[in-house]
Amino acid sequence: MSALARLRLPQQTLMRHLLLAAAAGVVLYLISLALDPFNNLRLAGVAYYFTALAGLTVLTGLNGQISLGHGALMAVGAYSAALLVGRDGWPLAAALAASVVVTAFTGLLVGAVAARLRGPYLAGATLALAVGLPGLALRYPDAFGGENGLDVPPPAPPAWLGETFPLERWQAWIACLCALITLVLLANLVRGRVGRAFRAVRDDEVAAELAGLNVARIQVFAFIVSAACAGLAGGTFVVVTSLAAPGAFQLPLSLALVTGVVLGGLGSLAGAVWGAIALVMLPDWSGDLARALSLSDRVEANLPLAIYGLVLIGVMLAAPGGIQGLFRTGFEWVAARRSTWRPTDDLIDPQRPTPRREEQS
Amino acid sequence: MTSIGASRQRLSGACVLAAVCAFVIAGCGGGGSGTSAPGVTKDSVKIGSHQPLTGPAAPGYSEIAPASNAFFKYLNSQGGVNGRTINYVYKDDGYNPTNTVSVVKRLVLQQKVFAIFNGLGTPTHTKVVDFLNTSKVPDLFVASGCQCWDQPDDHPMTFGWQPDYVVEGKILGDYIKKHFAGKKVAYFYQNDDFGKDGVKGLDMYVKSQVVSRQSYEPGDTNVGPQISAIKSSGAEVIAAFTIPAYTALAELTSVKLNYKPQLVVSNVGSDPITVGGLLKAFSKGKAGAALIEGLVTNGYLPSVGDTSNPWIDLFKRIHDRYDAKAPFDGNVLFGMAAAYTFAQALDKAGKNPTRQGLVDAVEKGNLRGPGLVPFRFSDKSHAGFTGAQIGTIKGGKIVYEGTPVTTDDGAGPLKPYTEKQPTPTEQGIVKAGD
Repeated sequence: MSALARLRLPQQTLMRHLLLAAAAGVVLYLISLALDPFNNLRLAGVAYYFTALAGLTVLTGLNGQISLGHGALMAVGAYSAALLVGRDGWPLAAALAASVVVTAFTGLLVGAVAARLRGPYLAGATLALAVGLPGLALRYPDAFGGENGLDVPPPAPPAWLGETFPLERWQAWIACLCALITLVLLANLVRGRVGRAFRAVRDDEVAAELAGLNVARIQVFAFIVSAACAGLAGGTFVVVTSLAAPGAFQLPLSLALVTGVVLGGLGSLAGAVWGAIALVMLPDWSGDLARALSLSDRVEANLPLAIYGLVLIGVMLAAPGGIQGLFRTGFEWVAARRSTWRPTDDLIDPQRPTPRREEQS
Repeated sequence: MTSIGASRQRLSGACVLAAVCAFVIAGCGGGGSGTSAPGVTKDSVKIGSHQPLTGPAAPGYSEIAPASNAFFKYLNSQGGVNGRTINYVYKDDGYNPTNTVSVVKRLVLQQKVFAIFNGLGTPTHTKVVDFLNTSKVPDLFVASGCQCWDQPDDHPMTFGWQPDYVVEGKILGDYIKKHFAGKKVAYFYQNDDFGKDGVKGLDMYVKSQVVSRQSYEPGDTNVGPQISAIKSSGAEVIAAFTIPAYTALAELTSVKLNYKPQLVVSNVGSDPITVGGLLKAFSKGKAGAALIEGLVTNGYLPSVGDTSNPWIDLFKRIHDRYDAKAPFDGNVLFGMAAAYTFAQALDKAGKNPTRQGLVDAVEKGNLRGPGLVPFRFSDKSHAGFTGAQIGTIKGGKIVYEGTPVTTDDGAGPLKPYTEKQPTPTEQGIVKAGD
């Protein structure tokens, strides 16, 4: 079966990705038809978390830059979209595109700083972004609505879908479309020259520089790409929740994104799917857990954060490749047993993160 | 290179497929309710709410939902409403509007509640009003005095409960004008709809006396600059539209500045037990309820300390039996009184309640309970209590004076209200003349 699948897929990377994305789109379409409104909202949640996680996993897993501030970048995208749709009445697609541009520009500024920082200092700087940026909404309540946030009318499903078409399904479609576009663009990027440069910089900055790569420029570019994804995720978030408010983009969101990336598998776009599902389901599970243990409300409210911490530690210790790493090992084990003729270099994965070298910390 | 890429793609494709399948399976859990109205079975009615059980608004307000639930439990032990028990599911939103959206969507779409009851907060609840109305879910007795709940044309399913803040502002303003005539007045208010609506009402009576207008952002715990500014303006009276934590902070800060103005505080931020507890907590035990003696406020429910009132008597017994962990204070009273109003509306919605039937029952009016004044509910108005009564904190209790007054949220006058308060039956339901 593996040989067949390999034969059928087009050789050209872009075509192959488009074909697979179209297939995924059909599957998602069928799923959204089968789901009730609440689970369509969950699907939309998975989609916008995926959009953000995919960008972050490229930045951290492939380029070796950590960001604890992606929640704040999502806020930039969300507020851009909310202002453009809610206040200025832009069409949704244009507003989402603009929110990507605005956030990418923010990413340029942050990235320029980030490229000068390493290890814990980079983590600290991006952490400051996560803590500080949502505060702007409170500082300028007239522009950003303060704690109240900005209301955005939900996107009305087009008339040709019928009167009774559920809004939640439409929201899920928009979010999934954004996620698929992100997936195709990122998959192409990381398989090409840019992806190789990202990885070269991650693995050894000096070697990359000796090979003629402009390390700082590549790091800034990685940040821009990653920020653009976060911006789109933020914009999609507004589409799904009809609201941009500072409470949504506090530090726990940034930490959740990092957890999602690590849990799914650093540097793996497929892993980002697992991470996104985990981020959507985890609050439910932690709520069930809190009820099962009859914990107090205060403990329950903080339980997800504690779980994020434990998951981070557990995954790093037990399965550094995350869920996707486990699957990959499993698949390879099965494949190796079934087809002994396979060349060993098939097991070398260009995306598997390698540990950063000591000198960089 | 190609073969590596292809094998990876296959893996990713397989994983995505597996993931989405997991989703479909997860999704199959929900859905499917046979009866006519969601959340209603032959022996129970499920209702939901979003409440600040944690977060900045939790001190005090986190007692409201457990108190409502205590009332429903008592009611259920008495046979429920029309033979149905009330199953009250209240979820924590941390007073965070984003959480409110997800909590309410979960309650409506997943848990399939019949109605949302007493959702707490202006910044939070405004984010779900559109959703609830387009989903045709009754949104009864929002725990906030925003005027915005009273829009029967745009939001036919939404009803307020407590008097709106403009009404409160008018009543407090009228009192200041009469009792502190000629004195300099300063405003201290929360910088959102709550505070601004209150100021609107105050301004109708005391605008000419105001020497300073200071606001605070909820979450910013340093109110030193504002209170200093008020002190240096020479104000002798502070009219405050604050939540309990900020009433306490303002009081402590003015003590530190050796400044002793007369406080006139909206009902929202004046419950003596809550504020006294916060004063104690914030000052690490050095201060307490003694600081707010003489504070002027208004109320629309009987005073918690008035044990001779039959409503307080009933609620106190229910509290001792089902909710004894919480102090018996204004928040508990609020929760029980709102729950009572809901039970009454559900009762009037008939033997086979529908969502529209519940809304119609509230619009028909005739709801009357522990309030000192009647509701304004009709098909033209979805506003709650029509007025309030002035009271002063004496001995840690609100002691009412004069008669309750009713008014509108426009330029209408204040009218004394003298009709007698109805008394509850032992079952906790008043069968008022329909």
